[in-house]
Amino acid sequence: MKSRSSPEDLEAAQKRLLAGREYIGVDRIEGPLVFVRNTHPVGYRDLAECVDSKGETRLGIVLDTSTETVVLQIFAGTSGLTMPETHVRFRGEPHTVQVSERMLGRVFNGLGRPIDGGPSPAGGEELDVNGRPINPTAREYPRDFIQTGISAIDGMNTLIRGQKLPIFSGNGLPHNTLAAQVARQARIRGQESRFAVVFAAMGVKHDVARFFIDSFEQSGVLENVALFLSLADDPSIERLITPRTALTLAEYLAFSRDMHVLVIMTDMSNYCEALREVSTIRGEIPSRKGYPGYLYSDLAEIYERSGMLKGFPGSITQMPILTMPNDDISHPIPDLTGYITEGQIVFEREMHARGIYPPVAGLPSLSRLMKDGIGEGMTREDHPHLASQLFAAYSYVKDVRNLASVIGEEELTPLDHQYLEFGETFERKFVSQSKTEDRTIEETLELGWRSLSLLAVEELHRVSEEEIEKYYRP
Amino acid sequence: MEERIIGQVNRVNGPVIEAAGVSDAMMLELVRVGEVRLVGEIIKLAGDRAIIQVYEDTTGIAPGDNIFGSGSPLFVELGPGLIGTIYDGIQRPLERILKLSGNFIERGIRTPSLDREKKWLFRPAELAVGAEVSGGAVIGTVQETERVEQRILLPPDVKGTLKSLAVEGQYTVEETVALVETESGERGIAMMQRWPIRTPRPVAERLPVNRPLITGQRVIDTLFPVARGGAVAIPGGFGTGKTMIQHAIAKWCDAEIIVYIGCGERGNEMTDVLSEFPKLIDPRTGGSLMERTVLIANTSNMPVSAREASIYTGVTLAEYYRDQGFDVAVMADSTSRWAEALRELSGRMEEMPAEEGFPAYLPTRIAEFYERAGAMTTLAGQNGSVSIIGAVSPPGGDFSEPVTQHTKRFVRCFWALDRQLANARHYPAISWLESYSEYLDEVTPWWEQAVGSSWTSDRSEILELLHREVRLQQVVKLVGPDALPDSQRFIIEVCTLFKNAFLQQNAFDDIDRYSTAEKQTRMLQIILTYWRRGAEAIRRGMTLVRLRRMKVLQDIVKMKFTIDNEDLGALDKLAARLERSLDQLEAIYEE
Ligand SMILES: Nc1ncnc2c1ncn2[C@@H]1O[C@H](COP(=O)(O)OP(=O)(O)OP(=O)(O)O)[C@@H](O)[C@H]1O
Ligand SMILES: [Mg+2]
Repeated sequence: MKSRSSPEDLEAAQKRLLAGREYIGVDRIEGPLVFVRNTHPVGYRDLAECVDSKGETRLGIVLDTSTETVVLQIFAGTSGLTMPETHVRFRGEPHTVQVSERMLGRVFNGLGRPIDGGPSPAGGEELDVNGRPINPTAREYPRDFIQTGISAIDGMNTLIRGQKLPIFSGNGLPHNTLAAQVARQARIRGQESRFAVVFAAMGVKHDVARFFIDSFEQSGVLENVALFLSLADDPSIERLITPRTALTLAEYLAFSRDMHVLVIMTDMSNYCEALREVSTIRGEIPSRKGYPGYLYSDLAEIYERSGMLKGFPGSITQMPILTMPNDDISHPIPDLTGYITEGQIVFEREMHARGIYPPVAGLPSLSRLMKDGIGEGMTREDHPHLASQLFAAYSYVKDVRNLASVIGEEELTPLDHQYLEFGETFERKFVSQSKTEDRTIEETLELGWRSLSLLAVEELHRVSEEEIEKYYRP
Repeated sequence: MEERIIGQVNRVNGPVIEAAGVSDAMMLELVRVGEVRLVGEIIKLAGDRAIIQVYEDTTGIAPGDNIFGSGSPLFVELGPGLIGTIYDGIQRPLERILKLSGNFIERGIRTPSLDREKKWLFRPAELAVGAEVSGGAVIGTVQETERVEQRILLPPDVKGTLKSLAVEGQYTVEETVALVETESGERGIAMMQRWPIRTPRPVAERLPVNRPLITGQRVIDTLFPVARGGAVAIPGGFGTGKTMIQHAIAKWCDAEIIVYIGCGERGNEMTDVLSEFPKLIDPRTGGSLMERTVLIANTSNMPVSAREASIYTGVTLAEYYRDQGFDVAVMADSTSRWAEALRELSGRMEEMPAEEGFPAYLPTRIAEFYERAGAMTTLAGQNGSVSIIGAVSPPGGDFSEPVTQHTKRFVRCFWALDRQLANARHYPAISWLESYSEYLDEVTPWWEQAVGSSWTSDRSEILELLHREVRLQQVVKLVGPDALPDSQRFIIEVCTLFKNAFLQQNAFDDIDRYSTAEKQTRMLQIILTYWRRGAEAIRRGMTLVRLRRMKVLQDIVKMKFTIDNEDLGALDKLAARLERSLDQLEAIYEE
């Protein structure tokens, strides 16, 4: 037996004692923040519990700590709290969440508490929700092609296992439909592997959550899905913790349970707004549009929790969804997201209006990891050149359309007419597909060549002679 | 190192800690906070208070926790073993950390930057015992990698008489290899020295720049060249290609040492470098590209304040190799994240903000950083240089924001990335209208000497065409191309060819990924031949349609992919074929 007075024991005992200490009454409540004065020394970002007059416990974390005042952020919001009757306890440890495989098939709130009527899932591990940065030398560079069955993605903006590829959408556009379709259809060809979907909803409506649940149910994967819901009528501050809780489970499933995890997070714009709310109340100096200067770092903490690790079979692929305020891609939320993620799928309202699903904008969309995951042995040898040629031609189509809108279609050269025709076919036959259509990569590439074959062979600078020989069919 | 308690934590606000009860502490002193010993630096002292910026996550730090002073400023370790290593922002070796803490980085890890166990073969310089030596003198060499022979330098502050010098043999970085009798007594010199990151290392003299850094990227070398010792900014919105350009330069440029700083960017990008560079062969030496590269990785999910330090860490390592007489190129991706780190720390210290929340000293800091670039005479009288290539990530891709604007004041070369070009997959998306290089005059003599005296006029001719094309395109947008006479449509035609065949460069193509100066020049000349003779033919009545139909043009568009750097003969043949095709066309016409 260890000697009773070893320093560790003493420290642990002291910690227990302090964690049990309860402060009655707080000094200020402002928005989601609670200020407590004259406490014992409280650790930065430690977990705290606020008990309201009805005896309900609300969790919070320490945002600022000093000898005079401790500032707490309460996830469940402060509504109903009173200054004299609120009791506060500091747990003396960071915010953790219990995660296990049994969480699959279940529904939780943003803090990881079951809200489906079931019991708390037992077993697993207790992990810090904030995670720790992955050592870059531990990462395995992602290269495995995920076939989503969607041509605009597989052909032009290929999704790679371990990638973070967001959807930049707008209100009323079918981002949920696409995300659900990806979740249903995504697979690695020629491989059966253990997969899971972790779904985090921040500030979205009940019917959005319902839509996803139904979609998972219909395709029979619901038992592989864990849902974390912090919906529109839940306290906005809970949104700040929701993606972190979800990613803590994702990391556990991927790196302790060898699963391939797809994380869908919607809507990141609501997350960012909650962050702005807290920042404003704290009186921080804002950067653009009132968002705090650390929005970039904060989002990076979330998005960087994806990828693969050397020697581990599992992976985390992220597909965050965000609605661009006013469809403006230069708004801080999509802008900072684009600076962190490995590409983006951008939706275009005009294509949606023309009835094209998915309305994936050809030019601003990009998958940065595509280069290493396509081509011979992965998709097909002509894929890189074909995609590059399609991009080039489509970009010219955009110019021609602009020109046509000024001078009229009649004034265009025959060559430009060819391009217009190519553009139509590309959008209607290649990009456009049904909400249940699951195309193989070969089908996608074939459709790509079929559109290209509308152009004269001299126009094809980016594909090789052999490829033209083999696939070009005017 | 001696540890002493210098005060206690009073307040924790993210990475900024306020300490109270501070008596004996030094400005910019390296400190450790709490029982976990988080690394921090004192950035403000006032009365018994100190402000400390902490380079690790401060979760759990509480008021009352002790702060330990180290007695020295934040420094880096310099010596054999830097090359090929990947460090975090405060020079902790990430591969060691992986061994110590696993896949996820724990806090408070203490591990030396340079391996203390490893022995290096030290070869003493030919210095006689009794010689007068001073800072910067080369006392020996170590073959650090196959490619890099590190010169072991006397630390800048040492001056005196050489009392002894070790014989050739295996030594660790800490073992004494020389003794110098200085004014303040005898000093043992080891291969490793320390240097505070915020202080530029001294040089004898700053030299004018006069040689280009050949990057292998055609749009850069031919249109907007950077000099060895120059400073460049690459601004561009997300996904416009900043990182790709920096990777390409780090791979193929003709510097001898590369310091690549990933500051607040993606983890996978560093992994990409780590997995790709060792496999790539340096065309100049035949060795692996990793053998000349040091990496500093402070990814976006690592603590913000280490981002601030990473830039200085990187440039100090670069200066150390410069002091040995090397030409060093520093890539900093992205300096905006560094500026934002300054902003965040400043905000948490409740300083008065200037523009967009950035502190008023932002321009000073940017200037100080870029001033560490330059071609120099080292203390030992050799020439060395540090070139700095900094990416800038302007919010919304808008170049009028403070970081881009202030950076522009302190660099002389500007490679503006254009969203439209990037969207059209025209890579590198360097805008030929907005970019500039003030190094042009300085590097012209080198180019003319290397590839011929027409370099300058060729370059101006094509640039002028590009500018004329912009105006013509404006007309086309209003009235359609048919409204233009063939002579003007030909300009558009030639520019399109130049963009496709020359400016666009595919970083993923085994041949196209870099072009030598000779290949670039010959390619440009071929395109200009088409322009000059074609324009002349049109003047004499030839139609554009006929010119365009020449089969040789198909091969010209693809010459970048099909003709190797070494195969200059093939380019000459292509040029001859073009001339012949033009001859034939003209002959038909003359009849
Ligand atoms: N020279 C090139 N050749 C081929 N592809 C390129 C080239 N330059 C850029 N790209 C494409 O553009 C993508 C984005 O480039 P990159 O990652 O360098 O952008 P960035 O400006 O660094 O963006 P961010 O600011 O978000 O980091 C690459 O993943 C690649 O697909
Ligand atoms: Mg980048």
